[in-house]
Amino acid sequence: MQIEKKNPPAKVEMQMTPMIDIVFQLLTFFIMSFKIVAAEGDFDIKMPLAARSEGLPPEDKLPPMKVRLMATSGGQLSKIRLNDNDFGVSFDGLHNYIISVIGDERGPGSRQETAEVELDCDPQLHYEYVVRAITAVSGYTTGEGNIVKLVEKIRFSPPKKG
Amino acid sequence: MKLSKISTEITELDMTPMIDMTFQLIAFFMMLLNFAEGDQNQRIQLPSSELAKPAVAPLESPITLHVTDDDTVIIGGQEVSVDGLKPYLDREASVLAMRGKSPAAATIIIRGDKDAKTITVQDVIKTCQMSKFEKFVLRAKEDRGY
Repeated sequence: MQIEKKNPPAKVEMQMTPMIDIVFQLLTFFIMSFKIVAAEGDFDIKMPLAARSEGLPPEDKLPPMKVRLMATSGGQLSKIRLNDNDFGVSFDGLHNYIISVIGDERGPGSRQETAEVELDCDPQLHYEYVVRAITAVSGYTTGEGNIVKLVEKIRFSPPKKG
Repeated sequence: MKLSKISTEITELDMTPMIDMTFQLIAFFMMLLNFAEGDQNQRIQLPSSELAKPAVAPLESPITLHVTDDDTVIIGGQEVSVDGLKPYLDREASVLAMRGKSPAAATIIIRGDKDAKTITVQDVIKTCQMSKFEKFVLRAKEDRGY
């Protein structure tokens, strides 16, 4: 009996071209739409409605620290004052003063929790300096990247038209 | 003369590593793709701050206002003056009311240009307060140096 020689099974070739086309198109789309965006963060500001801010503050509360930011006519910072202290244009000076006022105490009822800063800025002052002032009073980062909070209650004085 | 037969065997290219790499690249770019274009505006140069860290939790009902250095405000892609902002805010407030929320629960994100005037930012806050918005955050760009 003669055994019929079987043909070896035909190799099925997968057609890769369309897949690779699509994959490269996708890749191109994602590369094109890729945009490096710097991380952004927020500062809370306390701006209650006028009616709510009425009333006497509690006795044990620190008096509000009024940070006065003066500007040149071009909107550049010309002077920083906190109550009666003059810091020139040094935000570091303001920062160190706030650290000395707040101290190391943390937790409920601490100065850190109750302290309040009011920002009184010249109308034409560039907003950049406001954010720098908020940064100086609201905390600092340690070497390990942790944030130590200082004043959390920050508000603006009523705007003055100039 | 006897001609030798040239073999016409198809050389198969191994595509597997290339496809692996390509898919990895696609996955990488897909992850980094940021669709939140509404929160960004190329005109606004945010001031930088070392304390500006990305928020852990998303803000509740955020409304983004871009304050430009030309004393205008961009809300939902529309550029308006500070005086013309109130109707837009009132519309946002009515949208919130339809969802059963009060404007006080919403957060206004202020993305001010670093050269914007402080009075403009303050006027924007005041206008928002007139529309009963109460929560405000000032947005800044992360900066690692002091």
